[in-house]
Amino acid sequence: MKSRVARLALVALAILAILPFGVSGYVLGLLTLAFYYGVCAMAWDLLFGFAGEVNFGPSFLMGLGAYAAALLNHYAGWPIPACLVAGAVAAVAGGAVLAVPALKLHGPYFGLVTLVAVLLLQNFIVLFAGITGGEIGLDLPDVLSVSDRINYWYALGFMAVSGAILFGLSRSMVGLILQACGQDATEAAALGFNVAKHKLAAFCVSALFSGLAGAMLIFYMGTASVGTTVDIGVGVQIIIAAVLGGRRTILGAAIGSIFLIVAGEILRPLGQLSSFVVSGIALVVILFFQGGFLGAALAAEARK
Amino acid sequence: MLALQILIDGFAISSLYAVGAIGFTLIFGVSGVLNLSHGAIMAVAAIIAWYVAGDLGAGSYGGALAGIATGLALSLVTYGLVVRPIQSSRTIAHEEKEIFVLTSTLLWGLMLQVLVAYIFTDNPKTVQPLVSGVVEILGVRTPRNEIFTAILSWAAIGLLWQLVHRTRAGKSLLAASINPRGLALLGFELSNIYLLVWVIYGVLAGLAGVLLGMFLGVSSDNAGTLTASAFSIVVLGGLGSVTGSLIAAYVVGYLETVTAYLVSPSIRTVPVLLLLVLVVYLRPQGLLGRR
Repeated sequence: MKSRVARLALVALAILAILPFGVSGYVLGLLTLAFYYGVCAMAWDLLFGFAGEVNFGPSFLMGLGAYAAALLNHYAGWPIPACLVAGAVAAVAGGAVLAVPALKLHGPYFGLVTLVAVLLLQNFIVLFAGITGGEIGLDLPDVLSVSDRINYWYALGFMAVSGAILFGLSRSMVGLILQACGQDATEAAALGFNVAKHKLAAFCVSALFSGLAGAMLIFYMGTASVGTTVDIGVGVQIIIAAVLGGRRTILGAAIGSIFLIVAGEILRPLGQLSSFVVSGIALVVILFFQGGFLGAALAAEARK
Repeated sequence: MLALQILIDGFAISSLYAVGAIGFTLIFGVSGVLNLSHGAIMAVAAIIAWYVAGDLGAGSYGGALAGIATGLALSLVTYGLVVRPIQSSRTIAHEEKEIFVLTSTLLWGLMLQVLVAYIFTDNPKTVQPLVSGVVEILGVRTPRNEIFTAILSWAAIGLLWQLVHRTRAGKSLLAASINPRGLALLGFELSNIYLLVWVIYGVLAGLAGVLLGMFLGVSSDNAGTLTASAFSIVVLGGLGSVTGSLIAAYVVGYLETVTAYLVSPSIRTVPVLLLLVLVVYLRPQGLLGRR
């Protein structure tokens, strides 16, 4: 089954890679966004699906990466690659500061701390608007590329590499141990696994990819703003994408993210109601098809 | 003068927070559910009260009643449509139910928020006050409705106390929050108790929403902040502890008011969030919580 998933993923990637020759720049722009948010959703799934910790602050990690990169680029004039590294480092460092004490907590407490972290970050960015650009955003002197196609390929490549690493990790020994920690922490500890260490590692990996995705995203957009990287709404979208696509599948999260962006576009004539419909779909999936898209597909496959 | 102003305003807002948070903490205590659609339910109740009182011309009392009824109805729908299917599901593993409840109530709250913004726009709305006019308390001009808000909040809390300690249904509710399994073994139907607690929650959330709408005005955009502030109060007081929530509501209410008056209204919630992080790290069970 594992090789089958890998083969299907390669076919899907190949189709996506030649897409720029067939569709308009507008569609490419939408998909580029979907790919960046997809990476965050996959990183979130590693923590939630496998380690069983509900992180309400995926946008905290994404925002840290985005703003660290943006500030360095805007004020210090660092080149893009250095900013990307700095963004990833900032997200891991911030994530570790948040996670080390928080991992002693469980369930709702961990969720609350991550939620509060997002609110604090958002408040601070707005509070120091003179430096961070506040709600209007911070414009960047550098962008990844001005070409839709090049940007699309950057995003696709980034998603493919991140997806491969995260998927590999989830199917490795570490992924199994994480899953054990999530399902029964006491028993996992009794078997001799260091639960806190594994969860911290999962959190840091999750932070690394989220921060990197945030930093890449702002260099694609040309501005860093709260609404696209930090806002609670962004975090909720990431969570919905991961749950819709199928928990514990990693790759499902990317599918969920693409689905969300495409569905939002198709439902655009409904105006504000479109997010009502999308949330409704996500709710129905959670209540009745807990496996999500990929989970349902894999279950159908297993029955054959 | 300023101190007195803070004292009065803080008292009114804290009483209102207490009413909102007590329902939230009761549900957690009895059934272990954290309802993240709380803020949306409060906001919708306030907006319906505004609509019925103003556009439909039912007057401020009619509007307030409609708002409370809305809170009750939404609470029952949340329980029946979102929480209950998860609790009784056989396919969701027991230890994952909490996470499912958190995610799905979050989504449900988002749906309510978007729907009400679509119908009534997301402009802030101020509900008609129940009583008009201002009085001077030692030189501080205070709207009569602010005093009325505090009285009404405490009346609701007092009634709840009577219900829990004096009636049979209330006592079983209290028992359920201490040990649900023991109660079930004694032959009580837990689902009836769950229903009762959601009814109480709905009335309290509706009342809190309407009062907040009169005091500060409410927009559908506030739903997230309202949930976060109820969540903060409840964690600060200790999850499931009603007395703890009462104390925490006053800590949060006064901290916010002091910040708004002395520093800046725009960072009103920041000190509360910092305090919350500190409490969660140093004393995760909250002020009066049980581990």
